[in-house]
Amino acid sequence: MTTKGIENVNPQRFVKKTKREVTIEEEDESVKDPIDEREIFDLLRDISDPEHPMSLEELNVVQITNIEVDDHKNSVKVFYTPTIPHCSMATLIGLSIKVCLLRSLPPRFKVEVNISPGSHASEEAVNKQLADKERVSAALENSNLLEVVNQCIVKSLE
Amino acid sequence: MARLDEVCKLPGHQGIVWNVGWNQEGTILVSCGEDKTVRLWARNINSENNLWVCHSILSDGHQRTIRSVSFSPCNKLIASASFDGTCCIWEKKTNTDGNQYECTATLEGHENEVKCVAWSTSGSFLATCSRDKSVWIWEVGEDGEFECAAVLSAHTQDVKKVCWHPHQDIVASASYDNTVKLFCEEDDDWVCFGTLKSHDSTVWSLAFDSSGKNMATCSDDRTIKIWKEYLPGNEFGIATSDNTPTWKCICTLSGVHPRAIYDISWCHQTGLIATASGDDAIRIFRIDPESDPNAPTLEQLATVTRAHEQDVNSVAWNPVIPGLLASCSDDMHLKLWQYKG
Repeated sequence: MTTKGIENVNPQRFVKKTKREVTIEEEDESVKDPIDEREIFDLLRDISDPEHPMSLEELNVVQITNIEVDDHKNSVKVFYTPTIPHCSMATLIGLSIKVCLLRSLPPRFKVEVNISPGSHASEEAVNKQLADKERVSAALENSNLLEVVNQCIVKSLE
Repeated sequence: MARLDEVCKLPGHQGIVWNVGWNQEGTILVSCGEDKTVRLWARNINSENNLWVCHSILSDGHQRTIRSVSFSPCNKLIASASFDGTCCIWEKKTNTDGNQYECTATLEGHENEVKCVAWSTSGSFLATCSRDKSVWIWEVGEDGEFECAAVLSAHTQDVKKVCWHPHQDIVASASYDNTVKLFCEEDDDWVCFGTLKSHDSTVWSLAFDSSGKNMATCSDDRTIKIWKEYLPGNEFGIATSDNTPTWKCICTLSGVHPRAIYDISWCHQTGLIATASGDDAIRIFRIDPESDPNAPTLEQLATVTRAHEQDVNSVAWNPVIPGLLASCSDDMHLKLWQYKG
């Protein structure tokens, strides 16, 4: 973990969307809901940024338009936008998004988390690490890292 | 019409199962995983249906996920490689009934997670590889001692797999740096004599055919590649440097696997190639015998689309029973399959 000062001292803050209204169909337990972009966004919006007391939604790191879901094909793709192009927390944020989804979604889903193209200097390197499930698995066995990730996603799993 | 039929499902592991392998006689199946155990499975001859059951659980050898496991050519030892940075050697206790193994040696040295361990066919060497980017060669002493013979830092990234040549003391390694490297001993020193570059992403695994002159690799780039060895002075005009053989990519299979291919196994008896994929499927191929050996095509013979409920991590052909295949998955199960051509 970095010990130097916070990089992006004054990040741009975005307005939170309102919570969506629950419809009658959604309340009906007998109707099976396919998982959609809105549901994924709702899972991710409250993940905290590792450095600032703000959520990934407030920082515009995750946006509903950067989520692709195909429930039938068991596929979820999330593109996230680090606040600055040299953000050193980029891998950690991506890992938090991935872990949040792996813990919340049924195991049939294939989850891909990538940096929004063009928004980070080490985009390819970070994407490759996040796509390597062996590396992700081994990293999460590191208790310090796991603790940091858990801190970021605790609110989103409530 | 070729088929791959499920023989049985073997639950038991309490986490992701990362690797499967067989003993030399094809009578014992070995597996390892996230639950930090190595499990041994054999046919229960006392049961009605000759069911495969787990007869031993080797625990307390490692503190973290066990990523790879392998039987020695002499059949007396099992090596396991773990994210805890060590490799354990397990030996069967001779003074007990039943199948009890104990950890008799721990090989340390790697700086972080060990990804794979493999015995040379000669039984003289053991190779390990790690996220620390190195491949270590260990000499197997007669007294059961293991001595590090070489630390090879040729790769520029995490090394995922090591695999020995079927006849010679040559080892190949596959890496996150998208290449495969070949190592052999030259004048008492282990050297890298070849680098195979063609994949666009991490090479997860590799397998030699029965002759050792062909190699199959599989990758995160969703392709399988076949490579062929060309010796100096070969009749095809393929250039070689000095007196070392050159390996050339002679076939690429793309557009078939929709996700990363985690493992590949090439049966030395039947020539069948099996792949383990991130789309939960197992596919069986072989080199079309009518095709040009220098530019072959791969025939897809059978596919089981939902072989497991999650990613298939490893596949291994039984060395003795033709067409018998073992697989393991993130879904915590192992399965046995019978190929019928």
